[in-house]
Amino acid sequence: MFDVKKIRNDFPILSRTINGKPLIYFDNGATTQKPNAVIGTIVKYYSEQNANIHRGVHTLSREATILFEEARKTVAQFINASEEEVIFTAGTTDGINIVANGLNLSDGSEIIITEMEHHSNILPWQLWCERNHGKLKVLPINDDGTLQINKLEQLINSNTRLISVAHVSNTLGVINSIDEIIKIAKFNNVPVLIDGAQAVPHMKVDMKQLGSDFFVFSGHKMYAPTGVGVLWMDKKWLPKLQLSKAGGGTIKTVSFEKTEYAEGALRFEPGTPNIEGVIGLAAAINYINSIGIEHISKHEHTLLKYATEKLNEMPEVEIYANHLDKAAVISFNVKGAHPFDVGTLLDKYGIAVRTGHHCTQPLMKHYNIPGTVRASLAMYNTLEEVNEFIEALQKSIKMLS
Amino acid sequence: MTIKEIENEIIEEFEIFGEDWEGKYEHLIDLGKSLPKIKEEYKTEDRLIKGCQSKVWMHSEVKDGKVIYTADSDAIITKGMVALMIRVLSDQKAEDIVKADLEFINKIGLKEHLSPIRANGLVSMIKQMKLDALALSKK
Repeated sequence: MFDVKKIRNDFPILSRTINGKPLIYFDNGATTQKPNAVIGTIVKYYSEQNANIHRGVHTLSREATILFEEARKTVAQFINASEEEVIFTAGTTDGINIVANGLNLSDGSEIIITEMEHHSNILPWQLWCERNHGKLKVLPINDDGTLQINKLEQLINSNTRLISVAHVSNTLGVINSIDEIIKIAKFNNVPVLIDGAQAVPHMKVDMKQLGSDFFVFSGHKMYAPTGVGVLWMDKKWLPKLQLSKAGGGTIKTVSFEKTEYAEGALRFEPGTPNIEGVIGLAAAINYINSIGIEHISKHEHTLLKYATEKLNEMPEVEIYANHLDKAAVISFNVKGAHPFDVGTLLDKYGIAVRTGHHCTQPLMKHYNIPGTVRASLAMYNTLEEVNEFIEALQKSIKMLS
Repeated sequence: MTIKEIENEIIEEFEIFGEDWEGKYEHLIDLGKSLPKIKEEYKTEDRLIKGCQSKVWMHSEVKDGKVIYTADSDAIITKGMVALMIRVLSDQKAEDIVKADLEFINKIGLKEHLSPIRANGLVSMIKQMKLDALALSKK
């Protein structure tokens, strides 16, 4: 039974007040709050279990190593993948950079992204293109925020080395038809990277079913700590993807003449990893599993539907990608008001939303706007909070007109 | 009037709202409506203040030994802040502008706008106004 009241009690920060009002946290697309299960795991780790992993023979090191490798198992099960394919990173951006720097690209190689991508799925490719005379091609969107998938095949040619696309748009919440994209890519023998940062917290993802080559996501957007993320890659890439970072823990033997690197995920994890982040991520996944990702999806969709209906009743409000085939993200503007003004006033009412371009300036250019106000919801948000938000928005609009 | 005198005038003006932040912001928005004070041809890229989530164009020139600022913004709350800054700093001597501590921002309860992470760039705006004053005084 999904009990939002009980869930809220698991998140200590939700009892905070902002400007004397109860915090209404609608900025989950930026980062989610953390449950006691995650906070407690980190406290316990540093209080009782801290040691470096994969190195010592002593008890603490062994215990920490077990925790770390169990976390890999937990992640693998969560996304239905094999453990060896799960690489821990610093986050989504790190994962994309590892792939961008590891693909065997040559002059004239081409990468395809989409118009709605987050800057972190644009800039690593742009950087690579600048350095290597590569070419970045962009799949356009329709005004409703959906991709013009029918144009994908025209962008692919013999120089195409990768299609890199968001599963869910961070700005609009639109869920892309990645199954279709992967199908087209496979037919043309082009690998695919899926940026799953905004998908994993909201819906079931299954690597075996999906069939992409790479899939990246962040811990902090799914109730885990910041600074940890996952790069999943299909087994076949493990020996093929070139290393862009090297260091301790990634090798079999080292000599000044020749170094033999470890096989599997470890070769991509140089240096002491973010151990507390990784076990915090496992704690977050266990927490999500205890509630059930399907229940979370359903609850968030109820919130999305209700908030969208309420906003659509307000003639001053314009929603971008105004439909319900989305994750629980609503990007909107108030006619005649700058998103910054709306966000500033909502904050005074205790409501945290994001304003601005959301690291998607090309998408803002598509709509010809400086930015939007983005309300992004999570499992602990409630219908009552949506009501408060609507009321605060109405007051803000009145003040601004 | 000196910068301090104008600051005190503004502090008094905001005092009547007490803890009523809605009143304060309504007043700020009203002040914003008095802008633009800048000529349309001055709204150029090089007059944009960096670090603002909303756009702020700022132009400065010297007239009779005093620095005159004109500005505009695309966001109304920012406009209000800009209007306050112009009221305090415009038509003053460069050396006084550079020295101004601008305490009034704290005192009228708009301190949160001074935080650089607010991304509204009031800090950038003040810095730019002072730099302009310094540059103009050396010409």
